[in-house]
Amino acid sequence: LAEGLGPDRAAPRSRLYSLNCLDWSLLTPATKEVLALAEQVKGRFQGDPSFEYNLSEINAEAAARLIESGKEPVIKEEARLIATIEQIDKAVGIVPRGAFVKTPLGSVHENRHFEGLSLVEAKKLSSYFHFAEPVNLKNKTLLEKADLDPSTDFLDSLEHDIPRGSWSIQLERGGTVVVLRSLLWLGLTFYHVPMTKQFGYVYFGTGEKNLDLPFML
Amino acid sequence: HGPYQPHEPGYGLDQPGYSPYEDEIPDAQARMLAIKNAKAYLLKTSTKSGLNLYDHFANILTKILDEQPTNTVDIIENISKDVKWAQFRKKMDTLRDEHLIPPTFEAAEKYKALFVKEGEEEEHEDLEDEMPSLPNVMETAFYFEQAGVGLNKDESYYIFLALKNLINVQPIQTCRFWGKILGLEMNYIIAEVQLQEGEEGEETGEEGEETIAEGEKEMSEAEEEDEQKEKEAEPPKSTYKPPPEIPKEANGTGTNKYVYFVCNEPGKPWVKLPPVTPAQIVCARKIKKFFTGRLDAPIVSFPPFPGNEANYLRAQIARISAGTHVSPTGFYQFANEDEEEEEADTYEENSEFEPPPVAEMVESLTTWAHHVKGILKQGRCVWINPSQKSEENEEEEDEEEEEEEGGEQQEERGLPLLTLISEDEGMKDIPAWTAQASTNLIPEYSVAILQSNRWPGAYAFASGRKFENIYFGWGHKYSPESHTPELPPPAQAEYPSGPEI
Repeated sequence: LAEGLGPDRAAPRSRLYSLNCLDWSLLTPATKEVLALAEQVKGRFQGDPSFEYNLSEINAEAAARLIESGKEPVIKEEARLIATIEQIDKAVGIVPRGAFVKTPLGSVHENRHFEGLSLVEAKKLSSYFHFAEPVNLKNKTLLEKADLDPSTDFLDSLEHDIPRGSWSIQLERGGTVVVLRSLLWLGLTFYHVPMTKQFGYVYFGTGEKNLDLPFML
Repeated sequence: HGPYQPHEPGYGLDQPGYSPYEDEIPDAQARMLAIKNAKAYLLKTSTKSGLNLYDHFANILTKILDEQPTNTVDIIENISKDVKWAQFRKKMDTLRDEHLIPPTFEAAEKYKALFVKEGEEEEHEDLEDEMPSLPNVMETAFYFEQAGVGLNKDESYYIFLALKNLINVQPIQTCRFWGKILGLEMNYIIAEVQLQEGEEGEETGEEGEETIAEGEKEMSEAEEEDEQKEKEAEPPKSTYKPPPEIPKEANGTGTNKYVYFVCNEPGKPWVKLPPVTPAQIVCARKIKKFFTGRLDAPIVSFPPFPGNEANYLRAQIARISAGTHVSPTGFYQFANEDEEEEEADTYEENSEFEPPPVAEMVESLTTWAHHVKGILKQGRCVWINPSQKSEENEEEEDEEEEEEEGGEQQEERGLPLLTLISEDEGMKDIPAWTAQASTNLIPEYSVAILQSNRWPGAYAFASGRKFENIYFGWGHKYSPESHTPELPPPAQAEYPSGPEI
């Protein structure tokens, strides 16, 4: 799976998929109904983008609605794929603090002055942000808001993720690389080399949310 | 705008001849004076911080010209802030900071220990005895790399050296890199090992002695309590007898066939995991917990797990090995062909094995077979009737009850040892195994890769006579439905109470 980003990082991204790294196809962004439906589909992905999941087993109401409007009560694996990718990006796509700045016009750009987190900061969950629309920012107390720098602190930090402890932070290679693994989406790995500009995240996994997380902690 | 004061910007601008739009000041002397005034203004020290603008600008420009960043004008404010910040760091304190040893240095020291070779005299001694087989971890890593599975080369090499250390320290017959299990704080690197005969017996002897000593202490305490209680009225004793404990399998057979050593990182000391008991396996099937990385961490769960994280880890390793260790069919054969297949426990390599081509190994799952016995519901590989053992200890009155209970437990029969994996059941419509060739482009050198869907993270490869199993993952089984924890048992009936009684 490949993701295309424009100069404004807050703009919608384009996503492409391929089965053999040679032929790529564009995925159309999913609508909200499709997103909601795809969340209910359980089980592994088949590997065939045109595979159709029978909706009547999963959600009888949605199937009935689709039949009424004249379409077949199925959801294609492509739609499930794009819905899963968007969910993963929204839920656990993270960036280090200070890596992106928000301009007064609202667009989000890379911060060319970002030199990396220090080793002490890199071990704290609060130095990483979800790269998605912030949900908790408005709920912070006025005192906390006064400490924030609106150009860099415009996203939710990982500290208040529910359930607590849904991220595992480890230092590897003698402390030269900090690796965060999400326990909600098993397979999402984020890396950052402290004091350098290198960071990024990848997802290698089955594309299923780990709903057993509260039992496993 | 009244007359500008000297400290305000704009001073002198309302004078004729001094406006900013007139670049040239005609009078040379007046120009020199203006320059001096400007410089004096810039050199004025701030009352708050002791800096002056002239030096600050000089520093900024020096820094910019030294570093030459792109799009300087966009980040000029940040550069200015950085220069001011740097002022504080340069000051030499009377207290010198302790030289902080970076953690990278400490880690490097640990890894260095792995690389140190022992003295040559010891090497000669070892060659005389049987050399325990050191697995070629790098070769295995190469084959798994074809599948996109594995650790990076450095880590594989460190594990290789750590295994060599393990072999030198412990009396080991065969050794294998089993895999890596991820944890919350630290990860586990696991080695599967067969100890030389005679080494394992000592440990169980020690454990037995300890329990006997504890038992004697309890007996003497209980006797004292009994003497006291005889004087008082005794409350009714409970007639509840817990179900007989299923004994664990002897070291070297069944679930305890191999001994496992773990370490958090190569370079850290290897810790031996205790043998697994059937109760632990039965409980491990009911719970799903992340590993923290500390072997002594308690497992808080329902049903309560009998043991700490080391036991849970050992139980999961046993389950994964039983479920996913496979080899090409025919590679292993039963030692005695006369025995019934179900009872055979040992197998040996088949010297006449001819490996099928890779394409065949990928297409049909009949070319792969399990070489580890599956675990029954009881938690053992070989079923045992628990009531048989306890009959010797019980009195005659209880025999009737025991027989009733024994009758309920039916003998469990598991699949025989070398079953083909094509007989593994899938979950709903998900097959138990997925087979792929590593590449379609170069079929001569491609490797057959097998992924388990029941235990995500378990892989096996086969290429000619070489094959290997490995596990990289979190250590949990896959289930299409969510995990539902066991419900607490229903409340027990109380004794009826009321005016009649």
